[in-house]
Amino acid sequence: MQTLREFTRKTKRGNILKIVREHYLRDDIGCGSELCRECFQNEVYQLTSQHANKSTLFKFPHYLVLDTNVVLDQIDVLEEDVLRNVVVLTTVLNEVKHRSSAIYKRFNEIVHDRTRNFYVFVNEHHKETYADREPDETANDRNDRAIRLATKWYDDHLQASQSSKEFERSGKAATRVVLLTDDAANRAKAEAEGILVTTAAEYVKSLEDFPLLMDKLSHKTFDSEKNGLPQYPPHLSMKELLEGLRQNKLLQGTFQASRENYLEGTVNVEKFEKGILIQGRESLNRAVDGDLVAVELLPEAEWSAPSEIVLEEKNVYADEVPSEERAKDENEMLNQVRAAALSAERTPTGRIVGIVRRKWRQYCGILQPSLIEDTNRHIFVPADRKIPRIRIETRQAAMLQNQRIIVTIDTWPRNSRYPHGHFVRSLGPLGDMATENEVILLEHDVPHCKFSDEVLSFLPKMPWTITDEDYSKRVDLRDLYICSVDPPGCTDIDDALHCRELPNGNLEVGVHIADVSHFIRPGKRTGHGGSGPGETTVYLVGKRIDMVPELLSSNLCSLVGGVERFAFSCVWEVDNEANVLSKRFHKSVIKSKRAMTYEEAQNIIDDATQQNEIAKSLRNLNRLAKILKKRRMDNGALVLASPEIRFQVDSETHEPLEVEVKQMRETNSMVEEFMLLANITVAEHIATEFSECAVLRRHPRPPPTNFDPLVKSARYQGFQVDINSGLELSHSLDKCVKADNPYFNTMIRILTTRCMMQAVYFISGSLQKEEFFHYGLAAPIYTHFTSPIRRYSDIMVHRLLAASIGADSTYAQLLDRKSNEELCHNLNYRHKMAQYAGRASVALNTHLFFRGKEEDEEGYVLFVRKNALQVLIPKYGLEGTLYLKSDKDGKDGVERVKSEIVFTFNEEDHTQRCGDVVFHSFDPVTVRLSLDSSNVQHEKLIFRLVKPYIKGFSVETTTEGTDSQAVSAAPPSKKTKKDKKKK
Amino acid sequence: MSGKYDLLSEQGLRLDGRRPHELRRIKCKLGVFEQPDGSAYMEQGNTKVLAAVYGPHQAKGNQTESVINCQYSQATFSTAERKNRPRGDRKSLEFKLYLQQALSAAIKSELYPRSQIDIYVEVLQDDGANYAVALNAATLALIDAGICLNEFIVACTASLSKSNIPLTDISQFEEVSGGPKLTVAALPTAEKIAFLEMSERFHIDHLETVIETAMAGCREIRDILEAAVKEHLLHMGSASDFAKVG
Repeated sequence: MQTLREFTRKTKRGNILKIVREHYLRDDIGCGSELCRECFQNEVYQLTSQHANKSTLFKFPHYLVLDTNVVLDQIDVLEEDVLRNVVVLTTVLNEVKHRSSAIYKRFNEIVHDRTRNFYVFVNEHHKETYADREPDETANDRNDRAIRLATKWYDDHLQASQSSKEFERSGKAATRVVLLTDDAANRAKAEAEGILVTTAAEYVKSLEDFPLLMDKLSHKTFDSEKNGLPQYPPHLSMKELLEGLRQNKLLQGTFQASRENYLEGTVNVEKFEKGILIQGRESLNRAVDGDLVAVELLPEAEWSAPSEIVLEEKNVYADEVPSEERAKDENEMLNQVRAAALSAERTPTGRIVGIVRRKWRQYCGILQPSLIEDTNRHIFVPADRKIPRIRIETRQAAMLQNQRIIVTIDTWPRNSRYPHGHFVRSLGPLGDMATENEVILLEHDVPHCKFSDEVLSFLPKMPWTITDEDYSKRVDLRDLYICSVDPPGCTDIDDALHCRELPNGNLEVGVHIADVSHFIRPGKRTGHGGSGPGETTVYLVGKRIDMVPELLSSNLCSLVGGVERFAFSCVWEVDNEANVLSKRFHKSVIKSKRAMTYEEAQNIIDDATQQNEIAKSLRNLNRLAKILKKRRMDNGALVLASPEIRFQVDSETHEPLEVEVKQMRETNSMVEEFMLLANITVAEHIATEFSECAVLRRHPRPPPTNFDPLVKSARYQGFQVDINSGLELSHSLDKCVKADNPYFNTMIRILTTRCMMQAVYFISGSLQKEEFFHYGLAAPIYTHFTSPIRRYSDIMVHRLLAASIGADSTYAQLLDRKSNEELCHNLNYRHKMAQYAGRASVALNTHLFFRGKEEDEEGYVLFVRKNALQVLIPKYGLEGTLYLKSDKDGKDGVERVKSEIVFTFNEEDHTQRCGDVVFHSFDPVTVRLSLDSSNVQHEKLIFRLVKPYIKGFSVETTTEGTDSQAVSAAPPSKKTKKDKKKK
Repeated sequence: MSGKYDLLSEQGLRLDGRRPHELRRIKCKLGVFEQPDGSAYMEQGNTKVLAAVYGPHQAKGNQTESVINCQYSQATFSTAERKNRPRGDRKSLEFKLYLQQALSAAIKSELYPRSQIDIYVEVLQDDGANYAVALNAATLALIDAGICLNEFIVACTASLSKSNIPLTDISQFEEVSGGPKLTVAALPTAEKIAFLEMSERFHIDHLETVIETAMAGCREIRDILEAAVKEHLLHMGSASDFAKVG
């Protein structure tokens, strides 16, 4: 056995406790180098001589040891596949984990990459490299010492193993160990101890083959600014912050920058409902959107009101000290604010005195064209207006112009106006479809990198065949007339149906779902990585980000016609009135007879000459579905509508050609009914089998106030909407029909949808049974079972169901409530993000579609706001805002009077009046659509009024001379903004 | 099963530097007191326990069977925060019963009718697996007192890391870090389990391997205890010149 030495360690907690722990030191930890002949090596050598780092500073083969600060600051450099043969000390690993979990995750990915030759050396438990903390030594100093000790040991250890005669004879240069540290003190000490040491920046610069890597270095200081004047007040130290927070002198909250005004923001604090207002650059004190900050509240006399001006930072240049103009700008704004504050309602105001935790991430944006040629310093403009500009250094500026790039912030020193950052990578040319999609995915945190080799290694080997063992375990349903009905072009078919008549006159209906859980085994990595389980397939226009590798999604799991596939079947026996008499679940082998589109299926049903099995089965299904649907409606299920659109995308350029609104056919609803039935049946089953840990989905009932806008606007149209229960709501919605406006009912339903809450996944053990209710479907219990190819929740449900019927074994995590609860959180988050990403993609394509076009379209006022009309264009399912006044009313009163166009908003019945013209909800209007590309990062679709015609406001209906019109009738929102800037 | 830390690092070391199957360092000594009939001191890592045995002596009352009476207590200075009640709290009472249960499986009680054996256990320092160490100390004290046992009764704990690798003899740090805990008291040669306790549910797939790990720990501890007993006898000497036999 190994030698054991006992050490004690003391740590302190809140109320100072002495904690004594054992710490075993070992002599069986290998050094991981292939040069070593002494160590007990339990692994494959990680440190080899094959991939040497070539550096001009150290012209002999060497291994690297990284200090913690290098890992934390230079993670982007490390992520590049350049540095190899790196010794990772556990001291460093633990420190990184402690300081930033995000970087720790990224660093771990690198360490796990076998090709990178990173070796984790457990120096903390090696008897030669353990450093006991000395009295009066800070934890940090001890760690630095431990790192130096380990480096020294490594160097000596390698020297020893290379000192043999054999090695000398081979004539190879001896391998040494180099420490990289950005800590000057640590470096000095290391030099004194005779360790080869340098800084990360110098080392990267000395690399022969990778000149561009320098761009990715994190810059803590810029030479030119070292002695610049401080522009911001200093931050309080962590200790002072904690002290202040404890004594309630300071308040802690998340900082939210204002989108409109770069000199304003709020900090969300529990104590104040609206949060604390922060105004002015010095009060903002280098906080970036999302940071956790400490705020000092100003005395009430100095409280202010949120300014109502839009202030965008003008083009500024990197090396400029704050110019007069800018200072003037800021003063102007503060003065305005003070003036406004006299009249307006004051809100608590404060200033930021320190940052508790930075929430810096990677930002996407573009490089600002530089005024000076041949400079390395550049200003980066983030796409998100809440983020300040970032100063970066790059040598590839010319190449990066007009590209979307990613930049990360390194530091924000007191004497710099902007934070310092460094270039991470380029996404591609601006406006390019692939680039823009990438941006959408990044902004919505959708994991989308390629599936790793590890994930792919778990896939079945092709050609894949069904073995006899599989047949024996599964019910053979290959003879049944099973078919699938999906939208055209669908390749991931996860459901199929059948219906047959039983000898006793009843019907047997089966829903067969792709058996994804057969291929995706628990405990194996499945997704794109980095986010844990719970991913979902994301649909962008013309692109699909699969949750599972394509081999599964489009081939082995997809229930394509005429091929034998594994399925998870849910089979009911129903009578002719669609009453379920019995149900059973089993895994099966099916052979879909035909994969149809909704249209094809509809045609078969309608075509009375077709009398084959499929046609009969479809007709039966359709008949049952109608009964089921009626029953569901009678229970109070809601029919909601959303303006869904579909783009016809050019297969070559991926640019949208045409927009079409999704069509609903009888067959859509037929498939939907049976999916709902399957989901509900499965939900009931797993909830009884697993009362603690079943994954279910609920849709909470919205609070009555949510319905206010709906009730009000319906009342104006002469309809009464009852919201007391789902049933009443559903009935009253049915009555909202206008003969002259067939679209009216849809609009009402769209409005109703807006009032709803978000449906969420949850664990059966976490809520009372009554709360399981699904409001929209009027089902007491619900889950997702029918789309395992694109949703992870369904895979979980499959596993639970399989375990409950004994078709599959359980595993510890499946039944663990806590881990399932975490999973549900992740599912909900991913689900939401996938939805947002989908919408963003539709918006992007809408913009592309309208690029260079101007169209007059019929639309309806969906909603009347204080300063704008929300207009819906049924043709495109498109919704947009038609501004009547500036965003902030009142301010522009002077201008409006001049042009004699005044809109008055009536809060009672939600109308806007201008002269004789009154806008109500649901009024028809004609608007002109065009794309505003003035800001390359934020293209906007602009709505301009055509009909009803208001002189001086509406666009002229004549089609000639659009240019002059654009000038004379620029959209009000834009105009006012410009005016303000002039002021 | 979720805790702040994973109990096993990717390099295969536990939080305190042990490998999964390794016990903590064990030190033990028999006959530490003169007054009782038998006594023992046992250290398993930082868990330190004293045990003393009185008896067999005449049982009170009119009992025909033998009575095994245990007392478990924990010194006020044994934990990081001062303990207020050294004995009589729920935990102590529970452990007392468990000790009685396990020990009565080992003691040849048919040899001691109408007599009582008192076993007092005091935990001096608490660093996890108190019950197991207390039982091991009690075994040594019983041997020191010359009470007939079927065989050594030893206990060992085991846990499970997130990567589903069983861990032997868990320390307090591992206990509070959120690992499940399984305690087994066994007669290792007979491969009989006298007592088994779980802090939370294990999945059926893992239960067997965890129990097996704990049993392996028991066997290892038995060997160490046996060596300690022999060592002790060597020092004591014996009428039959045991030292030369040893």
